[in-house]
Amino acid sequence: MTTPQGTPPQDPSGSEGPETGALAETGAERSGALRADRHPVAAHPAAALAAPAPDGAAPGDAARADAAATDAAPTDASAQADGGRAIDANVRVDGTYDRILEPRSPRRLPLGEGTWHQLARAYVRVQLISQGAVFALVLVAAVAVQALTGFAWLWIPAGVILLVTAIGLVITPRQARSFGYQLRRDDLVFRRGILWQRVVAVPYGRMQLVDITHGPLDRGFGIAQLKLVTAAASTGVTIPGLTQEAAENLRDTLVAVAETRRTGL
Amino acid sequence: MTDPDTAGSVPAPSPRQRTVVRSPYSDGEWHRLHPLTPLLRGGLTLLVIIGVIVANLRERLVEWVFPVFTDLPPGAIPPDPVDFLLANNLILIAAAAALVVLIVLLVLFRLSWRFHTLRIGEDDVEVRSGVLFRTHRRAPLDRVQGVNLTRPMLARLLGLAKLEVVGAGLDANVKLEYLSGKDAEAVRGDILRLASGRRLAEARADSGGRSSLARQAAAAVGSGLQGFVEGEDLSDAEPESIVRLPFGRLVASRVLSGSTLVLIAFVVGIGVAASVSTLWLLFTVVPMFLAFGAYYVRSIARGLRYSIAPTVDGVRVTFGLFTTVSEVVPPGRVHAIEVRQPLMWRPFGWWTISVNRLSGRSSTDTSNDQLAAVLPIGTRDDVERVLRILAPGLSVDEWTLLFRDGILGPVDDDPYVTTPKRARWLRPLSWRRNGALLTTDALLLRRGWVWRSLSVVPLARLQSIGLHQGPLARVTGTATLVAHVIAGTVQTSVGVLDRDDALTLFERTARAGVDAAAIDRTHRWAG
Repeated sequence: MTTPQGTPPQDPSGSEGPETGALAETGAERSGALRADRHPVAAHPAAALAAPAPDGAAPGDAARADAAATDAAPTDASAQADGGRAIDANVRVDGTYDRILEPRSPRRLPLGEGTWHQLARAYVRVQLISQGAVFALVLVAAVAVQALTGFAWLWIPAGVILLVTAIGLVITPRQARSFGYQLRRDDLVFRRGILWQRVVAVPYGRMQLVDITHGPLDRGFGIAQLKLVTAAASTGVTIPGLTQEAAENLRDTLVAVAETRRTGL
Repeated sequence: MTDPDTAGSVPAPSPRQRTVVRSPYSDGEWHRLHPLTPLLRGGLTLLVIIGVIVANLRERLVEWVFPVFTDLPPGAIPPDPVDFLLANNLILIAAAAALVVLIVLLVLFRLSWRFHTLRIGEDDVEVRSGVLFRTHRRAPLDRVQGVNLTRPMLARLLGLAKLEVVGAGLDANVKLEYLSGKDAEAVRGDILRLASGRRLAEARADSGGRSSLARQAAAAVGSGLQGFVEGEDLSDAEPESIVRLPFGRLVASRVLSGSTLVLIAFVVGIGVAASVSTLWLLFTVVPMFLAFGAYYVRSIARGLRYSIAPTVDGVRVTFGLFTTVSEVVPPGRVHAIEVRQPLMWRPFGWWTISVNRLSGRSSTDTSNDQLAAVLPIGTRDDVERVLRILAPGLSVDEWTLLFRDGILGPVDDDPYVTTPKRARWLRPLSWRRNGALLTTDALLLRRGWVWRSLSVVPLARLQSIGLHQGPLARVTGTATLVAHVIAGTVQTSVGVLDRDDALTLFERTARAGVDAAAIDRTHRWAG
């Protein structure tokens, strides 16, 4: 919603309370009682604009996360000290990878500056299970049909499916580590792929909607897929394996930030 | 879109605004469409039904007129419902039933016309329709992507026209069918005038320069569009086309298109096939020629009566011989522009310009493509004139970059980021031209040596930007830059750019895009 007077979008200064810290350290295991604390974040877009959390906040340390949540003032101060340069990660999630997997060639698309956030490790498990299930099902079905009817040509389509799934099974663990996203001051940068690298920068003001989907298996492992939709179909930013907490936090942050920077089409 | 100023000015409309509204439709009340509307909307169905009945009765009619030709033995009753009716003296009942059906249909048409109303308000256009299932569609005026005025052949004979207010989205258009031709023009002028925010600008001016600094800044970025406030009285005058499209050139351009190559390839293929096998194969040429001939005639008829002109409220494009379409694209509604030169047009120096914009129709609508070509064919001067009105506000330097370097180029040491030496084998012919450049308010993508093209992506419309690198590109240290804009015919990616340059360009474009979007004020282009 642009203001006709041409006022620039609100500047991310001040106004954030302890919620920022709490959100920054949100872990998957955080108790539901703390959820209420997080809601003001969605209400105050500016509160979402926080600098990167200090690296001392090691993922996986739930106790520390809670400590930071209850006493977030130091975190906040350091965020301001950082100059509020980037909207960062309100989603530090346990069980992610520690670095993005890149191609070995020096001529790759480099990571650049800033903190990259990665997928949850559970994503690989979900993928392996679902693809393994397809593999097993097709194999069993093909063998059964072969045994019962004796059609040998059946192995042509079955073989193609098996080969594709087998390749998928092999590359998925590596591929999952190549996904990354970065929340910068004005846009979200998303990257994926090792053999075929793809980097996309989506300005917050261009987001039309944010979608979260999760299937039954995803729910079992507590992960969700987040999709950004702009007016251009070719943008195609889909972050497949975030923990559900992370996905919801990211969505709230994005919606709030987009609201302050809304532009026309 | 809630506009605080709009909301504020609604209770107290300024007296000047009354003079702005010209057509009887746009006074903020509910109005009905033209009384002949049901004839055109439902009349076709009725005609088809009558046609079917007549076709079924053909034998009977022939028999009545020429009783000699009947080949039935006298006295025998053919298996025909009409004969059944005649034989049982039911003809009156049947006629009455037909009459009732006809009356019911007419009443329904009449009812649907009565329930089909439109209102052009301060901030939106609304249409209500349907008798049993009511629909109410409201389109906010600051999201208007254009207004199309279409005159189909039949409607034109009756002096009617249909108006389509283009919205952003699939099947998001508000259709006002039908209005009388004069009203349609006036209504379009009113809609555009209301959408432009000119009234808002005037209201602000009346209120004594409130927030004048911010407004001046907005006016400055609107690249002098404020000046259009004064030019208001000219807006309804028929503007003169800035491009003249001679009939001969139109025909030549269509004949020299790619489809002719396909036709020639087909003919040669069939000729070879006929010479080695049976001669009968030659007859398959006939339907092919018919199909291609129809295609040529259609595309030429569409290009006839073409005109393009700048108006206060944007670019006005008119085309079509039988069905005349006249569309107005307000400023800031063009998401990408492509200037292209097919190979066979090169000796003549002809170019074509197409744009990406929101057509508000469903993606399967075939008329989208024809609306994309804003200049079907033109000389270099035509291209220059059209580009000037499509992308106003280009500085002289940018103009050189766009035209001399981008379209006609390459020129030695032009600032485009191009293909590095080590990757030239990936673009053996076009490596010199292949490139991209970021100017202050557009991203220029230059491609092709055989088929030359230049895409211009206004940064204020750029949705997102991408950078790709496949294995081959990694070996050569290159990358592909992709500008993501709304879907359309314009190609907005360029490959095999030097990796480091592409990375810099990617970052700079991302930043510039955010800045351009933040200062963009074209949703109310006159304010």
